[in-house]
Order: sequence, then structure tokens, then C-alpha cells
Amino acid sequence: MVGRFRWAAMFPDEVWEHVFSFLTSDADRNAAALVCRNWNRIERRSRKRVFVGNCYSVAPTVAVRLFPEVRAAVIKGKPHFADFNLVPSDWGGGAEAWVEAMAEGWPNLEELRFKRMVVSDDCLDLIARSFKNFKVLSLVSCDGFSTSGLAAIAANCRNLRELNLRESEVEETCLNWISHFPESCTSLVALDIACLEGEVNASILERLISRCSNIMTLRLNHSVPLERLVGLLQRAPQLMDLGTGKFSARHNPQLFSRLESAIAGCKNLRNLSGFWEPGLTYLPAVYSICEGLTSLNLNYATIQNPELVKLISRCKNLRRLLVMDLIEDSGLVAVASSCKLLQELRVFPSDPYDAAEPVSLTEQGLVAVSAGCPMLHSVLYFCRQMTNAALLTVAKNRPNLTCFRLCIIEPRTPDYVTQEPLDTGFSAIVESCKDLRRLSVSGLLTDLVFKSIGASANYLEMLSIAFAGDGDMGLHYILSGCKNLRKLEIRDCPFGDKPLLQNASKLETMRSLWMSSCSVTLGACRQLARAMPRLNVEVINESGRGPLVAQPDNCPVEKLYIYRTIAGPRTDTPQCVWTI
Amino acid sequence: MASYVEDTELRLGLPGSDALATRGSKRSLPEDDAAGDDSSCRNGGSGSAAKAQVVGWPPIRTYRKNSFQAMKVESEASGLFVKVSMDGAPYLRKIDLKVYKGYKELREGLDGMFNCFSQGEFSRKEGCNGSEFAITYEDKDGDLMLVGDVPWEMFICSCKRLRIMKGSEARGLESRH
Repeated sequence: MVGRFRWAAMFPDEVWEHVFSFLTSDADRNAAALVCRNWNRIERRSRKRVFVGNCYSVAPTVAVRLFPEVRAAVIKGKPHFADFNLVPSDWGGGAEAWVEAMAEGWPNLEELRFKRMVVSDDCLDLIARSFKNFKVLSLVSCDGFSTSGLAAIAANCRNLRELNLRESEVEETCLNWISHFPESCTSLVALDIACLEGEVNASILERLISRCSNIMTLRLNHSVPLERLVGLLQRAPQLMDLGTGKFSARHNPQLFSRLESAIAGCKNLRNLSGFWEPGLTYLPAVYSICEGLTSLNLNYATIQNPELVKLISRCKNLRRLLVMDLIEDSGLVAVASSCKLLQELRVFPSDPYDAAEPVSLTEQGLVAVSAGCPMLHSVLYFCRQMTNAALLTVAKNRPNLTCFRLCIIEPRTPDYVTQEPLDTGFSAIVESCKDLRRLSVSGLLTDLVFKSIGASANYLEMLSIAFAGDGDMGLHYILSGCKNLRKLEIRDCPFGDKPLLQNASKLETMRSLWMSSCSVTLGACRQLARAMPRLNVEVINESGRGPLVAQPDNCPVEKLYIYRTIAGPRTDTPQCVWTI
Repeated sequence: MASYVEDTELRLGLPGSDALATRGSKRSLPEDDAAGDDSSCRNGGSGSAAKAQVVGWPPIRTYRKNSFQAMKVESEASGLFVKVSMDGAPYLRKIDLKVYKGYKELREGLDGMFNCFSQGEFSRKEGCNGSEFAITYEDKDGDLMLVGDVPWEMFICSCKRLRIMKGSEARGLESRH
């Protein structure tokens, strides 16, 4: 330690531990750990929460050994493009190695959050038996398990507070898994089972909810009928977050008024979602709590205007809105004038594959919201047409954007008025929005836009590119710029070997790079792997051309996934994946 | 004037795809929709009828795609969906007839959607009395009928699509009865 800080060395470890306990963000704790060996030792031995953005970046046993006091872990597996079927289903991301290491080294683990991992029923069983004080299990976008595994969790985790299965794919093997929660279970605070496809026994659920007086989040699946929702709400009027089940029924005025008063009784409701198969007759039943809502998720609700706008316009305090393009431009204009506190907007396509009946959602809706909602900072927008002028207006209106993801559904669509590429529009976004962390580009784009992004997007952490660019320079601009880039995912772009090899060291500063259907050759991958031992260069070739080791250098690479790691090449690659 | 007409013309294709190629291309009749999504319900200018779907594009979660398809199929199986067009309006709507109890609710629902009946009185014979628009429907046999003549239950079984037309045009239908 430097001389003038010698006083610090006199403090016992416990004092530093206490000081570090005020550092809540991982980045801050990481920074503290780099100051000196002493702080490194004290910090990591007192760290309670660990975040592993790529499950293959470190060996589980190593992570468990380095941070012995961890109580909460977040582990992420497959690359983001796995969401869109671009990653082979057997690619990897299995949770066994992690769960085994944690069962061994973290017996006091309380919270486990997996994202895009393959979690087997055996894993769930091991989790259920290994951690005596287990409180939170969150499986987001996971698969590999069934309701039998859930039954094991329900039966054995005595102090379970949160069970979250958001957007996971769950096999139905155990019909009444909910009944495995013992009568003594009263600790549940959050239950999100919206993704389950099978029937959930509403009576058992009702009894469970009745005895869990602290339940705050309840997200049902489509099988729970409206009639049963009434009973559940009556037993949990303290709910803050509700995901309804099926939101339609035969016309029944008595049901309507019972539903209306049950919902009105939930005075703390802030988040509303669900609305599976919505019927228009029952929508007004939620009107009474609209003003209190801060988050509304209608992205699975096929409600059209005017009912859709009627509902949303009542939600004057909305911070977060997820909706389908059925809202149309007119609806977004209404949102712009009603929801002045809006921070996040996501508009999903109702009919992404069929062009049969185009919905009237264009760039106008986006411009309207950008003008009317001063706190808007996060946008995900699917549409079919865009102009540079609109993007320039959005950039001018909302320099506070931190996340801008625009998906123009038809690849390579130009500015529909001028027929030009959308380079100037997206350039305006990155130049104006200095705090932009996440960007997805689409439409017709040349290398010029990447020049702007590379030069201006100084805080950009995640970039998604599809069907864009002219050649190698596009990728070179990105890799040689974008100082804070962590994740880069590219598909169907004419980017080749040169920019990768020229910017090899950049790849070690990032979490990962995905490239598919580009112009990279096997030879470049071999060179890269040789030059960068701390990168795993995974080549995925599904067309079964024979072992990659025998292929020549000029063999084109279908899919490429490069990530930094201290664990070396992984041992669980399937046939189609080759670590160079 | 010509561009306005073009803008409001009902087209089965993506806006932004080249406008020139669409002119003159055959617009498939509504009945063709029943033949399946892969039939000629595509704009000739943007590619062949059976447009190859790019893997993983648009970037929507498989989970969402599956649940949306399932929802679509399920809701259309349990509902009685018919298309509604209004003369002069550029876009079609789809409504579920099962949601309405009778002609009054149907009229109210359509009024809410299209804002067409703010004046005029509803009469049992679907009067165009003073109202600018009238609701007509196409029945199982393909005939164009005035809405309101038959009992409601019979109506929802035979109605294939609805059309809101100008009162003056509907008067011709009324004289048939």
C-alpha cells in the first residue's frame, strides 16, 4: 500500500467489510477489489451477491471458491439470439455444473436466478434439497425442466418467497404440482406462472394464496378463468402486481360486478398484465385501478381500438407500457397526451408474418410519443415503415434515450419517402442520445451508420445489427470505436475476417460477440483463437459437412460465438459446435 | 387526388414495398383468406406467393410466437369472427359476434369503432331513417342483406361478413323485402 494510506492498513477486516457493504453495485465492488490485494481478499470474501453474465466465462467451482459468502447469484447462459431460434437447441447453457458446485460450496444460498439456461428436473431437485434457507428461484427464458421439478421445489423449500418462471418453456409432467406446497407454507411473496401451458388447479391456488398473507405478485396463466380470478383477488387484496388469466367469459352482469369490485378492492395494484384472450365486455372491470398503475403489459392482448386506447388513456401514471401494434398511431397519440410519466414503451407486432391486413402503426406513433413523453428513455418498436426525418425528430425530442431498439419488419427497408438508407436517422440518434446503452438498428443501412455509431456511441453496451452494412469497414468502425461495448450480435451482414483480426484485442474487453450468416472464414477463426488464448472461439456449423478440424481455411463459418473466459474451452459442446 | 386514392386503397402487402409493382397486381378476394395463409394473399411486388420465411426474423421470442399462434387459433375457434368494412374507411376490422347480445349492442359496438351512427334512429328494419350509414351483411349464400331482419341467433349463424355502406345504397336492399 502507498505510504500515505498506511492508516488504512490498521483497520481490521471487519471494518472494510462494513464499508464495502454500502457498495451495492457489482461494478463498484469490482472496482474496490482491484485496489490492492488486501481489499481484493476482503471484498471477495464478504461478497454476498454475484452476477455471472456468461456461465462459461468462469468455472463454477472457481467462482464458488472465490466468493464463499454468496447468498444470491445470477447466472446467464445462451446468447441472446437463442430467443429467435438462431442457436441450436443443444448448444449448451446447462445448469448442472453450477448447481452442483453451489450445492457443495454455498449451503447458505438464498437466491438463484437463471436466464437462458437449460435447467433439468434433477437440478431443481438438487436445489430443493441443498439450500436450507432458499428463498428465491427465478428461471427466466429457461427450459429443460417440467412441473415435476417444480413440485420438488414447492415441497421442500420451506421459506420460499419467490418463484418466477417468466417466459420459460415447461413440460407438463406433474398435473397438480401446486398442491405440493405444504399447508405450512405461508412465505410466498411472488409467484409468476404465466408461462405454464397446462391447467393450474385454481382451488388449490386459492388455498395457497389465502395462507400467504404477504403475497404481492401473482401472475396467472391462461388456464385460470375469470370466475376464479375473483376469488383469488378477494383473498389477496394487498396485491401490487397482477397477471390475469383468461380475460373473457360469457356475458354475465353478476360476474362483471363481482370482478369489478374485487379489482377495485386491490388498492395497491401497480403492475397489470395477462389479459389472455381478452373479451371487450370485461375490460371496463379494471378501470377503477387504472390511475394507480405504473406498469401495464398488454403485449399478449389482442384488444383493438377504441377499447385499447380507452383503457390505456385512463392510466395517467404509467411508467411502463407494453402493447401490440393494434394500438396504432392514433392510440400512441393518445398515450402521448395521457401518459406523461411514461419511461418505457414496447410495441410488438400483432401479425409479424402475414402481411394480410396492415395495421395503421407507422413512424408517426413513435414520433408522437417521443414528443409527448419527456421521461421516455427506453423504446422497443416494431413497425413496417420509417423515415430519416422521423428518426431525426425522435433524436431531437429525446436526447435522454438509453435504450433504442427499432425493428422494421421487412429487412433492408429504406426511408419510404426518399428511398434512401436510414443512416442519417440512426446517426442522429447516437449523436444526440449521449447516454445510449442499448441499440438495435434495422432497415436499409450502409457502412456510414456504423461510422457514426463507432464514433459517437460512447456508452453503448449492447448493439444488435441485422441485414445491414456494405462490407468489412462497417464492423471495423464498431470494433475500433464504441468504448464501452459489451455485447455485439450480428446476423446476415457482409462482415468478414479483416475487421475481426484487426480488432482482436477489443474482443477481450467485451462479454461476447455473435455473428451468423456473415462472411467469416474458418481460417480467420483459427488465427483469432491462436492469438487470443483467453477467448473461446466457437464455430457452429449445422449443415454437417464433416469435422471442422479437417476443413480448409477458406471454409465459410455459418455461426460464430466468441466470448472471453478464464475457464478455457468448455467440455460440453455438442456435435455442431467446435471450439477452435 | 390519385395518390389519395392509392393511399386508401385496400391492399394486401407491406407499406414500403415498391408501390409501382402493386398497381395492377391482382388483389385477392376476401374469400381467399379462408384458403389459408399461404395462398395468394400477398402483394405480387414483394416476392412470390409462398414467401420464404427468414429464420429468426423478425426478432420475436419463439415463446411469444407460439402463444400468439395458439391464441389466434383458439380465439378464432371459440369466437365468431367476421370482418367489418366501412365504405370510405381504409382498413378492415374484425369483430367477434359472440360478444354481442343483440342488434343494439352490435350497433353500439360498430358505432364505437367507426363513428358512423351518431345521428339517425335505429329501427327494427335497420332503418336508414336519417342515418348516413346502414349496416349490411353477407350471408352464407353470398347475398347482401340488411342487418336486423332476422332473429339475432339466426343472424350470427348466417353472417359471414359485415359491411357498413352509405344509406343511399342500402335503400335499394330495403325495397327487396
